[in-house]
Amino acid sequence: MKIGVVISEGPYTHQAADSAYNFVKSAIAKGHEVPRVFFYHDGVNVSTRLSVPPQDERNIQINWTTLAKEHDIDLVVCIAAAQRRGLLDENEAKRQGKDANNIADGFRISGLGQLIEMGIQTDRLVTFGD
Amino acid sequence: MSVTKKFLYVNRKAPYGTIYALESLEVVLIGAAFEQDVSLAFLDDGVFQLTKGQDTKGIGVKNFSPTFRALGDYEVTKLYIEQESLDERGLTKDDLQEIVYEDEDDDWAEKPSIRVVNRAEMAAIMADQDVVLSF
Repeated sequence: MKIGVVISEGPYTHQAADSAYNFVKSAIAKGHEVPRVFFYHDGVNVSTRLSVPPQDERNIQINWTTLAKEHDIDLVVCIAAAQRRGLLDENEAKRQGKDANNIADGFRISGLGQLIEMGIQTDRLVTFGD
Repeated sequence: MSVTKKFLYVNRKAPYGTIYALESLEVVLIGAAFEQDVSLAFLDDGVFQLTKGQDTKGIGVKNFSPTFRALGDYEVTKLYIEQESLDERGLTKDDLQEIVYEDEDDDWAEKPSIRVVNRAEMAAIMADQDVVLSF
């Protein structure tokens, strides 16, 4: 089965990004496909490469980057939600005249159309939120 | 895109205080371009999103409630609102803004987009969907 995943709460404050991570790992292990994960609302904050959690804690961003590389998962960060919350890739930083960017490897910024497209193209859409 | 699925956007939260309602509406507007079968559901505090006379001057955020009236132009014409959620909050249909669409199958007659349904009907509407996005 093709499963699309939405993460709509921020890392560390909420469990959503962790639960989604465990869900995606398990789904793939059971033979399902997860072609894309869409980050929305505060979920976009998972994509910053500048978070530095204590060393004895999980690093949610690195977990996702690693999993995405292993299984070729498209990690899409909503551009509108990202811009509100200060998450920019190199192109957007330039375009907006900002002096830094912070999107981690494996994530890409794109539009909400990617969320709708995922809903159309997958068999199930699973949201991890509050 | 040839596949048409039934998309339901479920709105459970008050229009202000958190960003969920606004970012839900942003998905609805973008999603409209994909020509899917779109419905919106309003329940719990989400029913406040459709109230008329919203004034956000005092809280310094944008009043986005007029945007709901433009949904008809995007062919988003099914706004289901739950009767029990209205009742629990002391609201009636008269407290809601008027939202209409032009029915192209009926000589462009103006028809109301807001449809009040009870909890059981809302459950049936949800069960009938392909994709449910909850906000």
